[in-house]
Amino acid sequence: MNIIFKPSKENIKSYLPVGITLVFISFIDVFVNAFFNYDLLGFFPSQISYFLPLIFGFIGLYFIRIEFSGIRSLDILNKNINSNNLNAFLTLFTLFILIKSIPPLLNWFIIDANFVGNTKDNCTGDGACWVFIKVWFNRFMYGLYPNAEQWRINSAFLILFAIVGVSFFVSQKLKKYFILFLIFIYPFLGIELISGGSFGLKYVETAAWGGLSLTFIISAFAILFCFPIGVFLALGRRSSLPAIRYISIGFIELWRGVPLITVLFMSAVMFPMFLPDGTFIDKLIRVLIAITLFEAAYMAEVVRGGLQALPKGQYEAAKSLGMGYWRMNALIILPQALKLVIPGIANTLLALVKDTPLIFVVGLMELAGMIGLAKTNPKWLGMAMEGYVFAGLVFWIICYAMSRYSQNLEKKLSTER
Amino acid sequence: MIFKKFSTENKKVRDFIPQAITVLALLSVIIYFATNAQINMGNRGISFGFGFLNQEASFDITFSMIEYDGSHSYGRAFLVGLLNTILVSAIGIFFATIAGVIVGVSRLSDNYLIAKVAEWYVEIFRNIPLILQIFFWYFAALRALPLPENGINFNDISFLTIKGWYVPKFIWTNFNIFLLSIIAAFIAIYFINSYATKQREQFGKQLPTTIISLSTLILVPLITFLFLGVSLTFEYPVLKQLSPTVYTYEGGVSIIPELIALALALSMYTATFIAENVRAGILGVSKGQKEAAASIGLNKNQILKLVVMPQALRIIIPPTTNQYLNLTKNSSLAAAIAYPDIVLVFAGTALMQTGRAIEIISITMLTYLTLSISISIFMNWYNKKMAIKEK
Repeated sequence: MNIIFKPSKENIKSYLPVGITLVFISFIDVFVNAFFNYDLLGFFPSQISYFLPLIFGFIGLYFIRIEFSGIRSLDILNKNINSNNLNAFLTLFTLFILIKSIPPLLNWFIIDANFVGNTKDNCTGDGACWVFIKVWFNRFMYGLYPNAEQWRINSAFLILFAIVGVSFFVSQKLKKYFILFLIFIYPFLGIELISGGSFGLKYVETAAWGGLSLTFIISAFAILFCFPIGVFLALGRRSSLPAIRYISIGFIELWRGVPLITVLFMSAVMFPMFLPDGTFIDKLIRVLIAITLFEAAYMAEVVRGGLQALPKGQYEAAKSLGMGYWRMNALIILPQALKLVIPGIANTLLALVKDTPLIFVVGLMELAGMIGLAKTNPKWLGMAMEGYVFAGLVFWIICYAMSRYSQNLEKKLSTER
Repeated sequence: MIFKKFSTENKKVRDFIPQAITVLALLSVIIYFATNAQINMGNRGISFGFGFLNQEASFDITFSMIEYDGSHSYGRAFLVGLLNTILVSAIGIFFATIAGVIVGVSRLSDNYLIAKVAEWYVEIFRNIPLILQIFFWYFAALRALPLPENGINFNDISFLTIKGWYVPKFIWTNFNIFLLSIIAAFIAIYFINSYATKQREQFGKQLPTTIISLSTLILVPLITFLFLGVSLTFEYPVLKQLSPTVYTYEGGVSIIPELIALALALSMYTATFIAENVRAGILGVSKGQKEAAASIGLNKNQILKLVVMPQALRIIIPPTTNQYLNLTKNSSLAAAIAYPDIVLVFAGTALMQTGRAIEIISITMLTYLTLSISISIFMNWYNKKMAIKEK
């Protein structure tokens, strides 16, 4: 009995064709059902017909589950997706759901979607109205920045990319100056170019900034400032001087204990109360300070992890060479500690980028905020899906690229043999 | 010369100077801010104090777990917001844990497809800002649901509509007795387990504790139903016409779409991080442990239960608690879609009405801070308890 119903190498000739046929039928059925909306196995009673592909496929996969069949591709298949009954079921279930969900998604994204036109009335199909994105694209990228001045944002970013690009190809010696320029001088030149007010450039107030470019500006500045502050806080937390240590601990735990949104609220409504009457600090700067301090606390904890992971011998060796505290940290400890925690640093920076949309609480609008504005425009009601899918895609690409880059960097800098 | 002596030879002085400078700088900043705040508040005619918490709030909150209306105080409104925050965090933590464990285990599945799907789930949902996910669910996905009159009908028991999810209301009689019986069952299980451990350690006898515990948990509350007058009935939501075009459901409990969107986004986002923790934890148990367990004759379930899981949990739990904390803090994004959590109710509406920025923001931040610090104290205690005691 057991021998007859157990597929094995002996009866491979009878089981394999039957199994393959059954699996094939089940897939064809699901496929036709999904893409052409036609039920091949419809002559069965309706409730059974629904589960039939699953049952057919399951039996088929059972029949072709032959150990050491001698056929290479079959063995690989069995090992990876068909090793036992549960796996066979899960495989079928996942594949069927994927096949079923392709056509609606494809329809919505491309086939039934609308690409041509300039108003909402052009969107007659059932699918996505990409016209919305097309019309508002400029706003999504630049916010309310005046159209005539947008070349300034473009050129600021282009120059940045150009310098970064060139710095990859110059010699090590020059590279150092490039990096110093990028960190200490360029940010201020770039911000001068974008905000204007001098060199004959028209002044554009920060309230008009927005869209994806604001996301980049905020992320870039916050990353630039939060990193050194985080390193100092981490050193402070490990310091042997009690006052500095406790102040660092208090500072770090305070920021880490509260949500960013309350920190932004604080910068918007509470911070002005702390300043002399009449002083006004730009909204963008306040937000930048809030995000920087917030992320610096997280950065500090990451860096502290690296500092703690270093063996004591490194400290002792540095001291025995007669190095002082700062030289020891700058030349021996930090380079090693930071390398250890690249994944942690990357995660913190990623979190920072993902946190930028929160600036809506103070009324600044980056990409997500601009979409919120566009979808409430009376002429474009009901476009939330398109807008958020677009924003999600943009952020996903940025964040995925960042995480991939950090993984590469980790591999490149790894000194393990 | 004197300076040199101070700075290099006398360690005490050398250590003292930077500390004194830091403390003085910090103090002067605080004093500067405090004086400014005092002047500013004086200009606006308000004085620092928490008396406003007893004043009448006179605003409504759309969703509240305790009795609340405009005639209650600001203190009460704070409590409503806090409870709503705790509610959405608890729901989020529950589902994030389940989804996270499933996805984390799936990533290690020997089924290539399942592992790939799980991996892409993590890559997709981890790399999209949480706020966008909340917006997506709230403004795009849940807005596509039908109006109440054509709500998605789950067997006439519950209805999913654009206005929320209507579920039956539980109506208990003698709920206290039921609750006590559950507590009693847990106490009984604790004693059964400690007795079983003793038996095992002294006589090597294995008692079927899982079955006994489960049956206790089912039987004891069942007894209250049969003999102690506890009963449970359901109040089902019923469609009702308010005007020719407006329909609504009456009875039952309405789960507002804000809560659904927030809980959904929070749990799907946090699940990716928990999944990575679970994966790292299981991978962190060395292969030798499993082989050693197998070689002393444990079966597959015993290996998982007695050898792999205890060690994996030691790696999984600390970062996962951190994620729970993050989820709770992230629940403050509720303010973006008007779910009445503590930030929206207290730091939003109450602040607008009273203008007491300093007090209200401090209370809000202190609440979160208390939550975080108590969890991290618990974590430190737990880590110390669970740390491998090496000899």
